[in-house]
Amino acid sequence: MVQQTTANALISVHDLTCIREERILFDALAFSVNSGDILQIEGPNGAGKTSLLRILAGLSRPYAGRVCYLGQDIGRCRDEYNQDLLYLGHLPGVKSELTATENLHFNLRLNGYVDFDTAGILGQVNLTGFEDALAGHLSAGQHRRTALARLWHTQSKVWILDEPFTAIDKKGVEQLERLLLAHADNGGCVILTTHQDMNQITDSRLTKIRLDYRFD
Amino acid sequence: MLRGIGYTQAFFTLLLRDLKIAVRHRGDIFNPLLFFIMVVTLFPLGIGPEPQMLARIAPGVIWVAALLASMLSLERLFKADFSDGSLEQMLLSPQPLSLMVLAKVLAHWLLTGVPLIIMAPLLGLLLNLETQSYAALIATLVLGTPVLSLLGAIGVALTVGLRKGGVLLSLLILPLYIPVLIFATSAIDAAGMNLPYDGQLAIIGAMLAGSLTLAPFAIGASLRVSTN
Amino acid sequence: MWKWLHPYADPQRAYRLSERLQPWFTLLALMFICVGTVWGLAFAPSDYQQGDSYRIIFIHVPAASMSMAAYMGMATAAFVGLVWQIKLADWAAAAIAPIGAVITFIALFTGAAWGKPMWGTWWVWDARLTSELILLFLYLGVISLYASFEDKVVAARAAGILTLVGVINIPIIKYSVEWWSSLHQPSTIRITEESTMAPEMLYPLLINILGFGFMIGAITLVRFKAEILARNGMRPWVRELATATGAK
Repeated sequence: MVQQTTANALISVHDLTCIREERILFDALAFSVNSGDILQIEGPNGAGKTSLLRILAGLSRPYAGRVCYLGQDIGRCRDEYNQDLLYLGHLPGVKSELTATENLHFNLRLNGYVDFDTAGILGQVNLTGFEDALAGHLSAGQHRRTALARLWHTQSKVWILDEPFTAIDKKGVEQLERLLLAHADNGGCVILTTHQDMNQITDSRLTKIRLDYRFD
Repeated sequence: MLRGIGYTQAFFTLLLRDLKIAVRHRGDIFNPLLFFIMVVTLFPLGIGPEPQMLARIAPGVIWVAALLASMLSLERLFKADFSDGSLEQMLLSPQPLSLMVLAKVLAHWLLTGVPLIIMAPLLGLLLNLETQSYAALIATLVLGTPVLSLLGAIGVALTVGLRKGGVLLSLLILPLYIPVLIFATSAIDAAGMNLPYDGQLAIIGAMLAGSLTLAPFAIGASLRVSTN
Repeated sequence: MWKWLHPYADPQRAYRLSERLQPWFTLLALMFICVGTVWGLAFAPSDYQQGDSYRIIFIHVPAASMSMAAYMGMATAAFVGLVWQIKLADWAAAAIAPIGAVITFIALFTGAAWGKPMWGTWWVWDARLTSELILLFLYLGVISLYASFEDKVVAARAAGILTLVGVINIPIIKYSVEWWSSLHQPSTIRITEESTMAPEMLYPLLINILGFGFMIGAITLVRFKAEILARNGMRPWVRELATATGAK
C-alpha cells in the first residue's frame, strides 16, 4: 500500500503528522505519487482525508513532516508547485453573482491561461445553454460542473480532488472518470477522495491509502 | 493554451471581478455609507446644535465616523470568498498573493472609500466645518482611507475564519487606526486656523506608502493562517 | 545554523529546563523587589514638590517599562515561531501575553492613582498614560484573537502575525500620541523626569525594574510550563508526569 519514497516522484510525503484539536489524525505518514498514478484516500468520516488533501495542496501546514514536489519542499517552491497544481475542495470556488462563463473565465485567468474557448469547455461539462445563467441560479450539479469545467482545460499535472463526484449524475461521473484516466495516462497524477464506487477506474489502476479513525 | 499572463493582467482580472460582483450586490456599497451619515447626524443631537461647538468637533466626528464605517464595510472583504472557496483558489493560484490581496483591497476602497470621500463635504456642511478646512478634509480622507483599508484588511484576514469575528475585529484594528486619526484631525484643525498642514499630510502619505508595501504581505500571511 | 537549538526545541527538555530555572527567577524577583520597594518606600528621600505621593513611581515606572519589554519579548517569540516554525516559541508568546496585559494594567492603574494627588483627577490624557492604554488594547487584541481559535496551532500563528503588526505600529502610535499630546497641552506635564532624579531615588527604582523583570520571567516560566503540558496532553511523557504527581 505505502510505496517507497523516490526522489523523482511528483509528490512525496515524509513523516507527515496532523493534529487537529489535540487529536492525532495521522502520524508518520509516508508515500509518494508518480506520474500516471491515481491515488484514492479512503477512510471513514473524520479520519482526516480532507485534512490530508489540504496539506498536500499546501493550504494547511502539517504538525510535523513535509510534502515535497519533485523532491523540493512545497513551502520552498510554492509558485512552481501552484503552477502545476489543481485543487478542488469541498467548496467549489464558484461565485453565485457571476455567470458560468464569467466564473470559468476568471478561474482560468487566475491560473494564467489566456486564449481559451469558454463555450467549448462548458459544452464538455454539459452546460451548453447555461453559459450566461448566474451560478446562483444553477442546480447543485450544474454548480459543481462549473467548478469542474477547468479540469478540461488545465495543463497542471497534479490534481487533488476532494469528493469530485458529489452531486454529479451517472453520465457525468463516467465522463469525469474517463478524464481522470486520460490525465493519468498523459503523465499526470490524481489524488482524490470519494465515497462513490467508480466503474471506469478499476481497482488495478487505483492506488489506495487508508486512514482510520483513531481513538487515542 | 498559452500560459503567461502578466502581473498587471492578473491584478486587473481580480479587480474587475470584485467590482462586477459588488455592482450586482449593490446593498454592500450603500450600507456603510448610510452608517457614516447616521453616526455624524447623531452628534448634533447628542451634544446640542451650537454652530461653534459643532465646528470645533467636526473634524474629529467625521474622521471617527469614517473609521467606524471603513471598519464595518471591511468585515465583508474576504467573507464571501472564504465561504464559497474562491479564497482557497486564490491562495493556490500561481499569481503572487500580495498582488491579488492588493487588488481586492483596492476594489474595496474604490467601492467604499471613494463614496465616503465624496460624501464627506456634505457632512462637513451639516457640522458647520470651517470653510478653509474642506480642502484638508478631502486631502486627509484621500490619503488616509486607503491606509484604513490596508490596515483593516489585516484584521479581517485574521478573523475571516472565525464565526463571531465582528466585535473582535474592532479590538484588533481600531488601535492601529489611531495614528491616522490623530494626524488627519490635526491637519483639518490646522487648516481651520489657517495654519499650514502639509506636515501632517506628509506623515499620512508616509503611512500610506508604508502600509502599501508591508500590509499586503501581512494580509497574505493572515489569509494563509485563516484557511488552515 | 539552528542545529544547536534543536535539543531545546523538544518540549520535554524545555519543560525540564524551565522547571530548573523557575526557582532562581522567583528568588531573584523576590530579593530585588523586596530591596527596591523597602528602600524606595521607607528610605528614599521624599520629593520636594510632590512629598511622599511620588513614591508610587517605584511601582509605576517598573510596570510601565516592563509592559513594553514584555511586548517585545512576546514579539520576538512570535517572530521565531512564525519564521522558523518552532512551536515552543509560539507557546512562549502565548504564555507572555496575559502577563504583559496585567503589567500594563498595573502601570495604568498606578498612573491614574498618581494623577489624583498630582492633578486632582484620576485620568489625564497624558502622552504616556495614553500610550499605555493603547498598548493594553493591543495586548487584549492578541489575547482574544488567540482565544478565538479552537486549534491552538493556528491560533498561535494568527496571534503571532497580529503581534508583529503591533510591533511595527507601536513606535508610530507612541510618536503620534506624544505629538498629539504636545499639541493639546503646550506646557507638557511629564510624570517622571528620570534624568534629574537624585541617585538615592534612582537606585531603588532601577532595582525594582530589575525585580519586575525577574518576576515576569518567573510567571512566564510557570505559564510556559502549563502551556507545554496543555499542548502535549497526548504525549506519553505528559501522561507519566500526570500519574506521577497524582500518586504523590
